[in-house]
Amino acid sequence: MSVSDLWWLPENPQWSDEVRALGGAAGWDRFVSLANCRMDFLRTERLDKLARKNFGEHAPTGLALPAVRLAILGSSMVSHLIPAIRVAFMRRGMWAEIYTNPFGQYLQDLMDPASALHAFKPNAILFAFDARHALGKANAGRDAAASDRAVEDAADHCAHVWNMARQDFACPIIQQTILPLFPALLGSNEHRLPGSPQAMTRRINQRIRERADEAGVDILALDTRAMEDGLGNWHDPVLWHRAKIEIAPPMAPLYGDLVARIVAAQRGRSYKCLVLDLDNTLWGGVIGDDGIEGIVLGQGSSEGEAFIAFQDYAQRLSERGIILAVCSKNDETIALTPFARHPDMVLKRSSFAAFIANWSDKATNLRAIAAEINIGLDALVFADDNPFERNLVRRELPMVAVPELPEDAAFYAKCIADGGYFESVRMTGEDFSRAGQYQANAEREFARQATADLPAYLKSLEMEMRVTPFDSVGQARITQLINKTNQFNLTTRRYAERDVEAAMADKDTVTFQIRLTDKYGDNGMIAVVIAKPSSRPGELMIDTWLMSCRVLGRQVEQATLNLLVGEASKRGYRALVGEFRPTEKNGLVRDHYAKLGFEQDGANDAGGSFWRLPVETYIPVDTHIKIGEN
Amino acid sequence: MTDLEIMEGITEVVREALDDDTIILTPSSVAGDFAGWDSFKNIAIVVATEMRFGVKFRTAEIESLKEIGDFVALIRKKKGA
Repeated sequence: MSVSDLWWLPENPQWSDEVRALGGAAGWDRFVSLANCRMDFLRTERLDKLARKNFGEHAPTGLALPAVRLAILGSSMVSHLIPAIRVAFMRRGMWAEIYTNPFGQYLQDLMDPASALHAFKPNAILFAFDARHALGKANAGRDAAASDRAVEDAADHCAHVWNMARQDFACPIIQQTILPLFPALLGSNEHRLPGSPQAMTRRINQRIRERADEAGVDILALDTRAMEDGLGNWHDPVLWHRAKIEIAPPMAPLYGDLVARIVAAQRGRSYKCLVLDLDNTLWGGVIGDDGIEGIVLGQGSSEGEAFIAFQDYAQRLSERGIILAVCSKNDETIALTPFARHPDMVLKRSSFAAFIANWSDKATNLRAIAAEINIGLDALVFADDNPFERNLVRRELPMVAVPELPEDAAFYAKCIADGGYFESVRMTGEDFSRAGQYQANAEREFARQATADLPAYLKSLEMEMRVTPFDSVGQARITQLINKTNQFNLTTRRYAERDVEAAMADKDTVTFQIRLTDKYGDNGMIAVVIAKPSSRPGELMIDTWLMSCRVLGRQVEQATLNLLVGEASKRGYRALVGEFRPTEKNGLVRDHYAKLGFEQDGANDAGGSFWRLPVETYIPVDTHIKIGEN
Repeated sequence: MTDLEIMEGITEVVREALDDDTIILTPSSVAGDFAGWDSFKNIAIVVATEMRFGVKFRTAEIESLKEIGDFVALIRKKKGA
């Protein structure tokens, strides 16, 4: 993950084509959508240039949010950061116009009522001082008293310019802290040398924070970012000596986002609720298949520890006023068991203001969550490990923030934090008590709303299914799926590897191992079917049909049935027979055969049912899945 | 890495930086041949080129660059080292 290219945003493989298509009459929404992709500084500058070509100097009409007029008053070169700042506002649906003072002359600009700054009429001001300017003349031999005075002078200067800005412009003010770019003179005990530029930088940053708190000014913490991202990423001395560029150009996208998220927070435009998936997001594995003993969580595995750490982070967010919710494809009863019974769970059922676990699509469920908590969809951040769900939500609900969670759970918390979704400039008593308010609000009624536009989404996925008979390469994975799949499993018959081998060898047994790829990658083997001649002549009996829940709702069942009927017909059968054997965990597929057009055909010994489908009159279902060649 | 591959890499950077996908560079091209390639843009192009090839130019090296051909030769030297 590269800090400089906004790694929490999704990669857009079609970036270049989509950027080229932006000319002419492309609407603002297209720009906003591209601004929400991962991008380096060159791409950022290009997007900004195209936006200005399209819209000129002024906001397109009809924007919901008022335009930002930000003045950056600084002591060194900042113009290379401006395109990225504008794009960062665009990412939030906001149009921004940006002013900077003539090189080094921010004081003149503030003092002269006829200056370009006054003509600009900012509604937000950012003071950005480079380290050398803020520190003034350094002298490492200074004694403690002289150094104290120098620190206070530097903080006084900030407070002074804040006051000047306050008098002329009634708008929020942001002060950037100083980049700690001075090399050490002593080393680890630098603080014992009062006049050391490195030690003074730290003290000045501390004093600026205190004075800013008193003055109601908000901080842009560049010093903290340098610690997180590495000073070497933020500052390149070569560029300082060449062009007085203190912040390295590749960091512009991140810098711009830091600025925009603070201004947005000052205007109350931060996200308020973190919506979490469960399986492979809060714990490793699938609770419905792996069970309470099988999920990876807590002591004993590094992965389990990583999920605990992520739960901890969510818990801390909740303690400071961020609302938590769950949106999971699961049976609710099963989804709740870890909260009730797993000893390592940090989050409890009561941590969540809304808890939705069902088999509907997630866009519909997010609408229900927003309605239940009574906040806007644009206040939701949706964290899910599954790229399919993330892309569905991005497409259906572009106002919901969907961080691109990395594959390793150890970085989930950093992903959410780096995204800055919950940036806040101050805490109120209400923030601290919010978590409690929602615990009391346990009763919930969620409305089923119209299903999202799934067909268009499925089409865009470019899914391809490859079906082959069992073979020795797939054998191990087939056996694993047969023994592990609990939810989407019609009969839950468990077979050992030698049973699988026997099925493979038997010419009369139809076996399918099914793999699915889409434009985001290979989902691997996701379904298994075994069918055998029934005791009744002319009928092919589906002994086993199971599927991974990860690919639920993607028409894999329909495509599989098309192939199964084709195979039955080729072998001269007149009908397919399916069986449902209920267990505690497979309620999801109770109506599987009914939905596929089978007629019920009697009951079985397990309290379930048999189902029958005539082969000759079957009309294949249209799906958005292409069947691959074997 | 061949000179051709280096030239292709630089071309992609320059096209992105100048927002012009029709740009074709030759060894004798200079910044002044292209609209928008000022000293300010040049910094972005140099930095992006460093990132793309995983190299770092010394201050003196950057100052000695005149034509694209010099740029290619410098990257070849750095990658060979």
